[in-house]
Amino acid sequence: MNNILVLPMAIPVLAGIILIFFRPYIKLQRWISLCVMIVNAGIAIYLLNRIQAEGIVGLNFGGWEPPFGIVFVADSFSAILILTTSIVAAICLLYAFSTIGKDHENMFFYSFVNFLVAGVNGSFLTGDLFNLYVCFEVMLVASYVLLALGGKKVQLKESIKYVVINVISSWFFLVAIAYLYGMVGTLNMAHLSERIAESGQTPLLTTISIVFLTVFALKSGLLLYYWLPGSYSAPPTAVAALFGALLTKVGVYAMFRVFTLLFYHELSFTHTIIGVLAGLTLIGGSIGAVAYRDIRQIISYNVIIAIGFILVGLAIATPEAIEGSIYYLVHDMIVKALLFLLAGSMIMLTGTARIDYMSGLIRNYPLLGWMFFIVMLSLAGIPPLSGFIGKVLVGQGAVETGSYLLLALAFLSSIVVLYSLLRVFLNCFWGETIISEEDERPQKKGWLIPCAILTIATIGLGLGAESLAPYVSNAADTLLNPDKYIDAVLYD
Amino acid sequence: METLITILSGVLVTVATYLILSKSVMRVILGTAILSHAAHLLIMTMGGLKTGSVPILGEGDSNVDALPQALILTSIVISFAVTAVSLVLAYRIYKETKTDDLYELRGFKDE
Repeated sequence: MNNILVLPMAIPVLAGIILIFFRPYIKLQRWISLCVMIVNAGIAIYLLNRIQAEGIVGLNFGGWEPPFGIVFVADSFSAILILTTSIVAAICLLYAFSTIGKDHENMFFYSFVNFLVAGVNGSFLTGDLFNLYVCFEVMLVASYVLLALGGKKVQLKESIKYVVINVISSWFFLVAIAYLYGMVGTLNMAHLSERIAESGQTPLLTTISIVFLTVFALKSGLLLYYWLPGSYSAPPTAVAALFGALLTKVGVYAMFRVFTLLFYHELSFTHTIIGVLAGLTLIGGSIGAVAYRDIRQIISYNVIIAIGFILVGLAIATPEAIEGSIYYLVHDMIVKALLFLLAGSMIMLTGTARIDYMSGLIRNYPLLGWMFFIVMLSLAGIPPLSGFIGKVLVGQGAVETGSYLLLALAFLSSIVVLYSLLRVFLNCFWGETIISEEDERPQKKGWLIPCAILTIATIGLGLGAESLAPYVSNAADTLLNPDKYIDAVLYD
Repeated sequence: METLITILSGVLVTVATYLILSKSVMRVILGTAILSHAAHLLIMTMGGLKTGSVPILGEGDSNVDALPQALILTSIVISFAVTAVSLVLAYRIYKETKTDDLYELRGFKDE
């Protein structure tokens, strides 16, 4: 029992509501939302250390013992993700301060960012399947608004597509919940895990697990990603960075939770399907990343490749591979936000998104160029940077279990990532500059500082992996031993 | 009774699928609303439609399972919210592009 668990979701919700009443005071709105994210990061660090010391922390709302009430559960995996979410959201807010513009700020932009973060944190914390659905919806409704805010034609067109896709995937989610409740008569995840273990995961339960897989595949862009590049390239940069860093990752988190805690008895069936889907995602994402000449499309397809890579780790499901996936998940949230911010800055400086029309930017904006270079190396998995350790661990797991096809696809996709971004780098930063001295717009500090913080974070995560290691191995340990989760929730 | 409700929710899914596949934005939104109500009926049926009394202590022997009703209540609220958001979105699309046809929304010059 610990009331601090509710804060990562409650603080943003309350802040979001309060900010509605402070509509004219934009400065105040900015500082309140930034403070919320920083406080959340602090709570996440506290939770991480506490979980390390005394095991999984749970909260039964209203004192109702599980499985009867709603529970929040924090293990290392959720705490790590909340920490990363808070950091990334804080930095996207910093970037938004100087770029998003008065129109957005007056239309409750900061409130909706807070609601989005509340939904994301709630999804990470909840220990109840229906509550997971509710938190998903909180996050999605906020994201619908953020995507459509601004009202450009392309945004409206992409939002209607995005809304319909997500309503249909939520419908599948409800159907899966209904069938699962009909089969086993509970929705508390720990209790579900116990009941499913008792029945030994019958074929019907496996079928339900495939419905869940469809739902989370739609939400996270695993194979069913056709909606993703359009809707992630339509909104303003700061919003796109938030989407790219957070939204798909919640689907990935849910997939990890459901397929390690609930449906882990038929590995040869469910996890083979996940492996196949991950492989196809890697191939499809790679083709997309190379095919386009619009920088926003290229980086959106990079999001898809990363999803494929992370789920390769889940498909292999050895301790190393799961650890690797967790490292890569954290790395990807940070690096994708950075990539979207850098690409957005390039578009704002040159006024075009086509890489053919950009050239020689590194002469005018050296720092931007070097940061793009670093993020490219980090995504490709060059050693001192943060992408490396995840790739090594997933690779190690793949070799151990002999899944060489997945290994080959995962590492070939890294080369494609490197190639697609190198092409952007060569086209946009090298060569004759297209911006003459008098046309050159000064780089604002408000654009550079958020990017610089994220660049330092990706270097720091690579060099300081040692200090994160105990938390990550604890998280992987909990994921692979569902008994620990069940004991902490039901028998504490 | 269970069979009847299951068939009813199947009919609703059929209607919703037909509406979602049409090209008018309004029909698509109505389709998604009907789709979520089909899911609510399904939750109700899967929880079991016992003809018992209210789930209060000392009120008869067989009680109705209260959980599916709580789930549906939450879910209906969410589905209202999403439908409201998408209706506003449809209105904005109509104001901006003067069309209700999804096919005409493909490809703008300023993309």
